[in-house]
Amino acid sequence: MTAVTGFYAAYSTLILFSGVAALLALSIYVTLMAGQLSLGNAALAAIGGYTAAILTKTYHTALWPALFAGAALATAVAVLIGIPCLRLRGIYLAIATLAFGEVVRVAALNLPITGGALGLVGIAPLVSFRHVYGTLAVAAVFFYRLERSRTGRALAAIREDEAAAQAMGIRITAYKVLAFAIAGWLAGLAGGLAVHFTYLINPAQASFGEAVTILTYAVFGGTGTFAGPIFGAVTLTVLPEALRFLKEYRLLLDGAILVLVTTYLPNGVLHPVLGGRVAAAARRLARGRGSPQREMRRA
Amino acid sequence: MAVFLQQLVNGVSLGSVYALFALGFTLVFGVLEIINLAHPAVLAIGALLAYSLLAGAKTGLAVALAGACAGAGLLGVLIDRVAFRPLRLRGASRLSSLITSIGVALILVNLAQIVWGTEPLSYPPAAVPLRFFTAGTVTVSLLQLLVLALVVALMIGLRALLLRTRLGLAIRAVAENPQTASLLGMPFDRVVAFTFFLSSALGGVAGVLVGMLFQGSVSPFMGTTYGLKGLAAIILGGMGDVTGAVLGGLAMGVGEVMIVQYLNSSYRDAVAFGLLFMVLVLRPTGLLGQQRGREA
Repeated sequence: MTAVTGFYAAYSTLILFSGVAALLALSIYVTLMAGQLSLGNAALAAIGGYTAAILTKTYHTALWPALFAGAALATAVAVLIGIPCLRLRGIYLAIATLAFGEVVRVAALNLPITGGALGLVGIAPLVSFRHVYGTLAVAAVFFYRLERSRTGRALAAIREDEAAAQAMGIRITAYKVLAFAIAGWLAGLAGGLAVHFTYLINPAQASFGEAVTILTYAVFGGTGTFAGPIFGAVTLTVLPEALRFLKEYRLLLDGAILVLVTTYLPNGVLHPVLGGRVAAAARRLARGRGSPQREMRRA
Repeated sequence: MAVFLQQLVNGVSLGSVYALFALGFTLVFGVLEIINLAHPAVLAIGALLAYSLLAGAKTGLAVALAGACAGAGLLGVLIDRVAFRPLRLRGASRLSSLITSIGVALILVNLAQIVWGTEPLSYPPAAVPLRFFTAGTVTVSLLQLLVLALVVALMIGLRALLLRTRLGLAIRAVAENPQTASLLGMPFDRVVAFTFFLSSALGGVAGVLVGMLFQGSVSPFMGTTYGLKGLAAIILGGMGDVTGAVLGGLAMGVGEVMIVQYLNSSYRDAVAFGLLFMVLVLRPTGLLGQQRGREA
């Protein structure tokens, strides 16, 4: 037991970061489920983070009300920008959300309430393991159910072919706004959780670079199922820490992942098809025989 | 009035840089309908290459410009080979290209950090022409005139290239319909490679101009601001439209300077992106752009 507590004491920030990263990765995954790439998730997280921080710091609110208020504001903003933006498709939507992120960053830099370039510091240390991983567990169960629900299938239909989905009577805009709302809620919660164990927040956290980091989690892990983004987020948070020498080349690593995974493993590292192939290959090896044709039929 | 005219001059010279940068963006978009988010990193590398030539090899400005231009251009061809061509061959979605281009940008910026460090650099003062002309109350530097002249010349040259030459015809044919153009014997791969060369060369030149206009502005991260402004410029002007990109860039430059002068300097960037956001929502084809139908 002491070994466990000792390990946690040494790596608690890293462990908490992994959980928050996983929540952020899920927030970009939910819009990707509907085939929409949003580059505004870091900004949504910053909205949640600033709101929760101001509430606990200035108004001495309890943690959960502050977190929910931050998440609710991020959701409201996501829906507000989502409704006009979702007429846009593909790269136009990505650019619009990128612009939104910049507006949030500049606003955070200039508003009196957000503390300017320095941001807010000395935020109370209210968040521990159970808050982050409790939230993540709830989110994971939610996504497990979502993927198997009517809503999940509707989102998948929109991703595969928007026109066909519309012809089948799926209300495209409503589902896209719903996906954005969920993204806003998750990102807002993640942002609120993060500030209460890093004790600070500043405008850089709404920047394009942060949005790209979140995207890298999802791309690396794969967007076939919700486990992919979680796996990607945890791996990419822990890996540079475990391999210290990589730290200086973090951007290089992220860049290489974005290029190589998108090019050669378009479904990410953790994907049912790939997993199935690996499992099939393992079985073939175990039995000492196998037929590629059968494997192709399975895939 | 004097202040207004002076700011107009400053705005136009800032806008010319945005325009030059936006030209490269819009060229690739016009031909392949992809956004090359590695373009800002190309701008930075162009500026840094010129720094090495000016400060390290002690060459003249013309050589530095040519070097940055050629280096950035070749880098563009390489970027296409690594990040875009494999996806094109697979017929992947344009969102995938957007993601790989972000990846390439990260790689280039990190490599530039390793080579040139993270400190902001300045071109040696001797390398930058410092002459001022005064007309009434308005002062214009030789540099500002050079930048404007270069941008106008490049815009006219680019239009002439696209509209009057066989190569331009091939580029436009490929932009119109890649399959048909290939069937009719257009060398698709070479046209794309040339487009990337041209686009990135323009980006490299834009980087050198930024370095000359602003002291201490050359660093691996310098592309970020111009990337977002350039993106705003081409959306304002209409994606894929050469004239639109230049007008969009000039409008961004003048608008920014005027906002700082008459409104509030700290919201400069928010206004730019708020505007970008509004244009996307209200008129996604931009002010001059043609309806592309499929996407917007």
